Amino acid sequence: MQGDKTNVAFVAQNEKPALPAPVTTTGPMGWVMANLFSSPLNVLLTLIAGFMLVYSLPDLYQWAIAKAVWSASSYDECRSLSPDGACWAVVSERAGQFTYGFYPEHLRWRPNLAFLLLLVAIAPVLYKLPYRSALLAFTAIYPLIAYLLIWGGLFGFEFVPSDKMGGFLLTMIIGCTGISFSLPIGVMLALGRNSNMIFIKTICVGFIEFIRGVPLITLLFVASTLLNYFLPKGWDFDLILRVLIMVTLFASAYMAEVIRGGLAALPRGQYEAADALGLNYFQSMRLIILPQALKISIPGIVNTFIGLFKDTTLVSIIGLFDPLGIIQPILADPNWNGLVVELYVFVAAFFFIFCFAMSRYSMYLEGKLSTGDHR
Amino acid sequence: MSVVTSEGPEEFRVGMLWRDTRYRSYTFQIIALIAVMLIGSFLVTNIVSNLRDAGKDFNFSFLWEPASYDINQKLIEYTSRAPHWKAALVGILNTLLVAVLGCVTATVIGVFAGVLRLSKNWLISKIMSAYVEVARNVPVLLQILLVNSVFIGLLPKPKLSDPMLGGALVATNRGFYIPSVTTEAGSWLVFLVFCISVVGVFVLRRYAKRQQEQTGKRLPVGMLSLGILIVPALLAFFAAGMPLGLEYPELKGFNYKGGIHMRISLVALWLALSIYTGAFIAENVRAGIQAISKGQSEAAHALGLRSARTMRLIVLPQALRIIIPPMISNFLNLTKNSSLAIAVGYMDVTGTLGGITLNQTGRAMECVLLLMAFYLVTSLSISAAMNKYNHMVRIRGR
Repeated sequence: MQGDKTNVAFVAQNEKPALPAPVTTTGPMGWVMANLFSSPLNVLLTLIAGFMLVYSLPDLYQWAIAKAVWSASSYDECRSLSPDGACWAVVSERAGQFTYGFYPEHLRWRPNLAFLLLLVAIAPVLYKLPYRSALLAFTAIYPLIAYLLIWGGLFGFEFVPSDKMGGFLLTMIIGCTGISFSLPIGVMLALGRNSNMIFIKTICVGFIEFIRGVPLITLLFVASTLLNYFLPKGWDFDLILRVLIMVTLFASAYMAEVIRGGLAALPRGQYEAADALGLNYFQSMRLIILPQALKISIPGIVNTFIGLFKDTTLVSIIGLFDPLGIIQPILADPNWNGLVVELYVFVAAFFFIFCFAMSRYSMYLEGKLSTGDHR
Repeated sequence: MSVVTSEGPEEFRVGMLWRDTRYRSYTFQIIALIAVMLIGSFLVTNIVSNLRDAGKDFNFSFLWEPASYDINQKLIEYTSRAPHWKAALVGILNTLLVAVLGCVTATVIGVFAGVLRLSKNWLISKIMSAYVEVARNVPVLLQILLVNSVFIGLLPKPKLSDPMLGGALVATNRGFYIPSVTTEAGSWLVFLVFCISVVGVFVLRRYAKRQQEQTGKRLPVGMLSLGILIVPALLAFFAAGMPLGLEYPELKGFNYKGGIHMRISLVALWLALSIYTGAFIAENVRAGIQAISKGQSEAAHALGLRSARTMRLIVLPQALRIIIPPMISNFLNLTKNSSLAIAVGYMDVTGTLGGITLNQTGRAMECVLLLMAFYLVTSLSISAAMNKYNHMVRIRGR
C-alpha cells in the first residue's frame, strides 16, 4: 500500500514543541509553591510568619522612619513634632560625644587620623596587597603612632588624659588592642597547654581555667578597685590601661582554647612529619603546625574577636564612657531626659554592623584559605 | 664501608642545658618556676605593704556584721538586719534563679530557632537567620538594658494594667505578677505520692525495655507513665482535701498583692539572656543536625523505621553528642553573663557581695575573691560534669 505520509493525520511531521511546565512549578509561582507552601505545615508556618510580619513591620517602619524626628533640640520638641515617632535628633546632636567622648574638640583630628591610619595598617593583614612587606612594617609600628596621636604628650602634641576618652573611640581602642594582643598570647597559652613540660602546662591550664571560670565583670572590678593593691606605691596605672590589660588577658584565655581545638584537630602525622624532617620545635610550629591549626580555628578566632568587641560595653559598668556609658550623661541632660530606647537602638546598630562585618569577613577568609581538602 | 664507632656516654657540658632537648625542658621549667615565684612574691609583698599602709587587714569577719541594706527580690527570708553572708546567699540564690530560668528558656528558644532555620520554608528560615544574626551581634549588656527600658516605658501602671490569661499574669511597670502555690497541711502527702510515681515510671521503663528485649513487644510506655504520674497524685490531692491551691495577684490600692512578684529587672534580665543565649544555641542545634550525614536516616528508613523513630533512635542520639557540649558551655556563659544584672539593679551575687557589701565595708579584696570563688566553683563543677558526659558518649575508637 502506497499511502501518502502527509495524509496520515495522526503522525506528527515535526517534533512538537514542548509544553510549558505547569505554572505551579516554574517562575515566581513555582518558587512560592516550593519554598512557602510545599506542605500543610509550611502553609501554616508561612501564614503565621506573614501575619506577624504584617502586624509588626509597618508599625516599626512608622516608628523608626516615617514618623521619626531627625533634628530637634530637645526631647519635648521631638514629642511636639511627632508624638509617636522615634527621636533620632538626640543622636545627631550628640554625635560628637558618641564618637569621641569628652575628647577636646579642637584635637579631634588626631583620633580621626589614627583611625584612617588604622585602616592603612589593617589592610595588608586582611588582603593581599602590593608592597606588602613595607605596609606590614607600618602595621608593626602603628600602635606607637596611634598612642602618640590619641594620648599625645610628646613632640608637641598636647596631652589628653584618659578620662576624656569615650564613645566609639574607646570601643575601638579597647577592641583593637585586645584583638591584636590576645591572638599571640592565646597562641602561646595554647602551645603551653599542649606542652609536655609539666610545670609550664600547669601554669597555662590554671590561668586559662581561672579566666574562663569568672565573668569579665569581676576582672574589671579587679582592674578598677584592686589592681592598685598589687603594685608598689606610686605605680599609678591609668584606668584605661588597667582595663586593656584585663580585657586582653580575658580574650587570650578564650583564644587559647580555640587554638587548642585547632591544634588537636591536626592529624598526628603532621607533627611526626615535621619531626622527621629534622625541624626543631619552633621551626615545626612556625612552618607546619600553626599555619594549619590557625586556619582551622579561624571561625573560632573571629568569634572570640566578636565576643571581645561586644564585651567592651562592660566597661560602662565601672564608669568608663564607652557608647553605652556615654548614654548616662546624655540622660542626665534635662533636654533629653526621658528618652532611652532610641539611644540603645543606635548603639546596638553600631555594634551589629561591626560584628556582622567581622563574621562575614571570616566566612570570606575561610573560603579563600580552604585548600580543597573538604567536600 | 665506613665504621661507625660509638663514642660512649657523652659528657655533660653547660651548653647542653639549652641545646640538648633532653635537658632543655628542665631549663625552661626552672626558669619559669623562678619567674613565677618572683612575680608571686612581688605581688604578695605589695599587697601586704599596701594593706598595712592603708591600715587594713585581710579577714572575713565582716561577713557576720549586719548588712543594713535591703534586697527587693529574694527567695529566702532576709531583712536589712541580717548579716552580710546572708545578703551574699540571697544574691547567690538570685544568680542561680535567673541562670536556671534563663537556661530553660534559652534552650527552648534555641531548639526552635535552630530547627526552624533549617526549614524548607524560605520565610521562616530567613526570619530565624535574622533573629540569630541580630541577637548574636549585639552586646548582651545592651540587650538587657534595652529590654529593661522598653518594659519600663511600655508597661502600664498597676492601676491601668490589664490582667492576662484569666488573671494569671499581670504585667505592670512595677513588675510582673504570677500566681503562687499555697500549701496547707496534707500537701506533703501529694508530694510524697508524686515522688513515688516518678520512681514508678523509672521502674516501668526498665521493665518495658526488658520485655521488649525478651519478647519484641513494646508496651505503650508514654501513655502508661503519664497515667502513673497524674492519677495517683490527683487521688492523693482529693483524698487529702485539696491542700494545694493557687493564689492570684489582686489589685489592692495602687499595687498588686499576692502571687509571686517578679521585678522588671529580673524579667528583663531573664528575657534578654534567653534571647542572646538562645541565638547561640540555635547555631549549635543547626550545626549538630547538619553534621549527621543523610546516609544515617536513609539507612534507618531502609531498616523500616518510621520517620519519628528515625529521629528519636538514630538522628537525635548522634546529633545530641555534637549539640550538648557547646550547649553546656553556653549555659555557663549565660550564668556568667547574669552578673550583668548589676546594670539593671537586679540583686544577684555581683550586686550584693560585689556591689553594696563591697562598697559598704570597703573590703574589696575579700569580696572580689569570694565572688570569683563562687563563679569558679560553679563553672568548674559544671565543666567537670560535662567532661564526664563527654567521656560517656564518646565514640569508642579502635
